[in-house]
Amino acid sequence: MADSAVHRIDARAKAIVTLAFIVCVMSFGRHEIARLLPFFAFPILIIMLAQLPAALLLRKTLLVLPVALLIGLPNPLFDREVVAQVGSVEVSGGWVSMLSIALRALLAAAASVVLVAVTGFPAICGALERLGMPRPLAVQLLFLYRYLGVLGEEALRMEYAYDLRSNGRSLSIGHYGSVAGRLLMRTWGRAERIYLAMCARGFTGEFVTGVPARFGATEWLFVVAWCVLFVVLRTQDVAQRLGTAVIGVLS
Amino acid sequence: MHMADALLSPAVGGAMGAVTAAAVAWCSRKVRNEGDDRLVPLMGVLGAFLFAAQMINFAIPGTGSSGHLGGGLLLAILLGPSAAFLVVASVLIVQALFFADGGLLALGCNIFNLGFLPVFVGYPLYRIIAGDTPSPPRSTVAALAAAIVSLQLGAMAVVLETVASGISALPLKTFALFMLPIHLAIGIVEGVVTAAIVSFVRNARPGLLEPSHATAQPVAGPAVAFLAVALALGGVGAWFASQKPDGLEWSITRSAAAADVRIPETAAHASFERLQQATALLPDYGFRGAPAQAEPRRLGTSVAGMVGGLLTLVLALLLGWALKARPGRR
Repeated sequence: MADSAVHRIDARAKAIVTLAFIVCVMSFGRHEIARLLPFFAFPILIIMLAQLPAALLLRKTLLVLPVALLIGLPNPLFDREVVAQVGSVEVSGGWVSMLSIALRALLAAAASVVLVAVTGFPAICGALERLGMPRPLAVQLLFLYRYLGVLGEEALRMEYAYDLRSNGRSLSIGHYGSVAGRLLMRTWGRAERIYLAMCARGFTGEFVTGVPARFGATEWLFVVAWCVLFVVLRTQDVAQRLGTAVIGVLS
Repeated sequence: MHMADALLSPAVGGAMGAVTAAAVAWCSRKVRNEGDDRLVPLMGVLGAFLFAAQMINFAIPGTGSSGHLGGGLLLAILLGPSAAFLVVASVLIVQALFFADGGLLALGCNIFNLGFLPVFVGYPLYRIIAGDTPSPPRSTVAALAAAIVSLQLGAMAVVLETVASGISALPLKTFALFMLPIHLAIGIVEGVVTAAIVSFVRNARPGLLEPSHATAQPVAGPAVAFLAVALALGGVGAWFASQKPDGLEWSITRSAAAADVRIPETAAHASFERLQQATALLPDYGFRGAPAQAEPRRLGTSVAGMVGGLLTLVLALLLGWALKARPGRR
C-alpha cells in the first residue's frame, strides 16, 4: 500500500470520519440536491492528499449508479407535486428526490471506496475491534479475507495448468468437477497448515498490523476538523450562500 | 435483497445497527465460550462458500426477475445459530466494503434481514419441523418452510425499513405487494437448494448436522465438500448467472409501472411525517403515498444553490490539486 500522511493516520480516526460523513449525508431531507454537492469535497480531498488512483476509484464509485437510479425510479411516479420550474418545464418533487438518491448513493460509495483504499482491510478490522467490535467477528473477517485470496490464487494456477494441457479446448463440466475437487483439497490443506502454523507461533486471535495503534493529536485534529466541516455543511447552506454571492458579484 | 444507504435515514440505519450490534455481541460471546479452535477455519471456509453462492443469480421462471441464495439457514444448520450469524455478518461486511453491495449505514439492516431472521427465526422453525434426525422428505419440508418464512420476513423488513426512512416515495402496500410474492418464489428455491445440500452432507458426514457434535468431529471432510460446491457454483453457475434485476429492483420497477396515484397534501401528512421520524421502528401502516417533509419544503434546485454547489466542487478539486503538487514525496 502506498504511504502518505493520510495513510499513516490511525484507522479508527478514518473509520469514525467516514461514518460521520455517511450519517450527515443520509440525514438530509429527500429533496436536497445542491446541499449534497459540497460533500464530494471529502472523498476528492482524501484522494488528492493520499495520492490514490482517482480514475480507478471513480470507476468503482460509479458502479453503484445504475442501482441507485433504479431504486429511485418510483419517486417521479409517486411524488408528482411540482416543486420547481426550469424555464417552461415543471419539475416534480419525484425527479428531485430521485436525483438526490443518486447523489447519496455516489457519496456513500465514494466514502467507503476511499476508506478501504487508504486504510486496507486488516487495519479496518483492527480499528473496528478497538472501537468495540467483538474479537470473534474480527477474527472471522480476517480469515474470510485471507481464504478468499487463497482460493483465488490456486484457481488461477490450476486454470493455467489446464490451458497448457488442453490444446485450446475449453473446460468441460466433467473436467471442471475434477479440477474443482483437486483445487479444493489443496486449498483446504493449505488453509489448515496456515492456521496450525499460526497456532504454533502463538496465535491467540491477536494480530499485528506493523504500525502501533496511536490515537494522538493528528488523529484528533483529523476527526474534529472533518466532523466540524460536515456539521457546517449539513446545517448551513454553504452552496446557496456561495452561489448567491457569486451571482451577486457577476450581475 | 441488499439495501443501499441511499434509501435509508440515519434513524432507521442506526436503530437496526444497534439491534445487530447487540446480536453480534451475544453470538460472539457464545462462540468464544464454546472455545473450539477448529470452528475458526471452518467458519472462514464456509464464509468463502457463502460468498461464491451469493454471487450467482438464478432466474425465477415466468417473472423476468432473478434472485440469489441467502445461505443463512444453511449455515445455521451446519454451524449452529451463533457461529452462522457471525459468518453471515462477516460476508455482508466484506460485500459492503469491497463490492459496494449494500451500504455501510445499511449494514445493520442487511445483517438483520439476511442473517438474524434466517438464523434465529428460520432455523428454529427448521428444527421444530425436522426434529433431531429427520428423514430426507421431512428435512426437505422443514427447509422449505424455514426458507420461505425467513425470506418473507426479510422482504417485509426491507419494505418497513424503506418506508420508515422516508426517502423513497413508494407506498408501503404497493411495495409489499410486489416484494412478497417474488421472495416467496426465491424462498421456495432456497429451501430446495438448502435441503439438497443438507441431504448431501447427511450422506457424507451425518454427525456434522448436529451442532453440538461439531466440536467432537474433525471437520475437514465436510469443509472440503463445501468448498467443492462453492467452486462448482462459482464456476459453472456463473455461466448461467442471470443479468436480470434482482427481486427488489424488479418489484420497484414493476410497482412504478403500475403507479397511478395522487398525493393528498394535508397537515395530517406533515404530522405523520414527524411521528414517523420520531418512531422509526414503528411505522404507521396507514400511510397513503409520500409523506410531506417535516422541514419546510426547500427547493434544492434553486439556481443560486446549484451554482454554489458546483463551485464548492471546483474549489475542492483545485485545493486538492494544489496540495498534491507540493514538493516532497511524503
